[in-house]
Amino acid sequence: MARIVAGVATSHIPAIGAAWDNKKTAEPYWQPVFRGFEPSKEWIAKVKPDVCIVVYNDHMSAFSLEIVPTFAIGCAAEFPIADEGWGPRAVPAVKGHPELASHLVSSLVLDEFDITIVNKMEVDHGLTVPLTLMFGQPKEWPCPVIPLAVNVVVYPVPTGNRCYRLGQAIRKAIASYDKDLRVVIFGTGGMSHQLQGPRAGLINKAFDTRFLDNLTKDPQANVRIPHLEYLRETGSEGIEMVMWLIMRGALDDEVKEVYRFYHVPASNTALGHIILENTQP
Amino acid sequence: MPLPKEYDDLPGTVVFDADQARKGYHLNMCLMSLMKAENRAAFKKDERAYLDNWPMTEEQKQAVLKRDWNGMLQLGGNIYFTAKLAATDGLSFQQIAAMMTGKTQADYAEMMLKGGRSPDGNRSKSEWKTRG
Repeated sequence: MARIVAGVATSHIPAIGAAWDNKKTAEPYWQPVFRGFEPSKEWIAKVKPDVCIVVYNDHMSAFSLEIVPTFAIGCAAEFPIADEGWGPRAVPAVKGHPELASHLVSSLVLDEFDITIVNKMEVDHGLTVPLTLMFGQPKEWPCPVIPLAVNVVVYPVPTGNRCYRLGQAIRKAIASYDKDLRVVIFGTGGMSHQLQGPRAGLINKAFDTRFLDNLTKDPQANVRIPHLEYLRETGSEGIEMVMWLIMRGALDDEVKEVYRFYHVPASNTALGHIILENTQP
Repeated sequence: MPLPKEYDDLPGTVVFDADQARKGYHLNMCLMSLMKAENRAAFKKDERAYLDNWPMTEEQKQAVLKRDWNGMLQLGGNIYFTAKLAATDGLSFQQIAAMMTGKTQADYAEMMLKGGRSPDGNRSKSEWKTRG
């Protein structure tokens, strides 16, 4: 039987990908960021997931405004790297897990989550930056990845509660898959940041810290955060944190925090990162 | 007229909702086309001619030509699409963010290094009015 063993949340700031690709990781500005992920790389090398589900948002690279799915699951065998305006990142193409992805879709739809099936999709920094941070630069990514794209660009984005419940449904779906797979689920994006307009640069460390604490202490407190509070307190793009709640919902009710890293600034953003493990074997 | 929105009170922020998305559809799709290298080349060769291929308003075209980053957002642009124009110009997210705040690159970078813009004093339009 497949099971989810852990959850990883991390920001997916594009400048981190650019810093990595342009070999700036040792520069004083970026060095603390990459150092902060060293323990995470060691951790995931030990955990050796068979599959990763990466919850992220497409930054209008694959979907555009022609079609804006609220929740979409990539069921393809391979996902090419998108050209976001400066050429595709020089990272390996992402290999999917079509069989598990289709199982997820079937189970979720019957569980009343109306998932969009995507059989052809390029993936952008939202998905590849977290992989770089956790796995560095291998010739091939160490395991198949199932992309789960969430609309957090066209408002309103799904509520925190909807995201958490989707996570719970993913937990159930994985548990009903008959192959013995160890799955790690990533929630990406956030934390506080505003990229646009005269209020750009907003950072709210107090909010972010509370959000990180509550992932283990009181997830329901995070689930109840209304959209307006995200917008007001964490900047217009901070609302991406609802994607972390999909990750959290997919884990057991009781989890153990095994690592945390928080750093300001990474470009315009408060970089947040946490690793949570299920405590039941 | 639609009813007032709960997020209309946020200062210095355009929430990209369904109304904005409708208004900016062609503007954003035009900027999205810059993801292809050959389109970037055509755009750089003659920006006006490139923009004229899209059913955008004259106001939207002018905002693109003038690189009025805030203006594009007001006219329905979305930051992830305007970022593709920025990338075409060789500008980073941080560089256009600085421009949108009216700060110099150095001042914006310093604000971020010091922990970013505090939410205090930046939660409501009323707080921006009093600061003059």
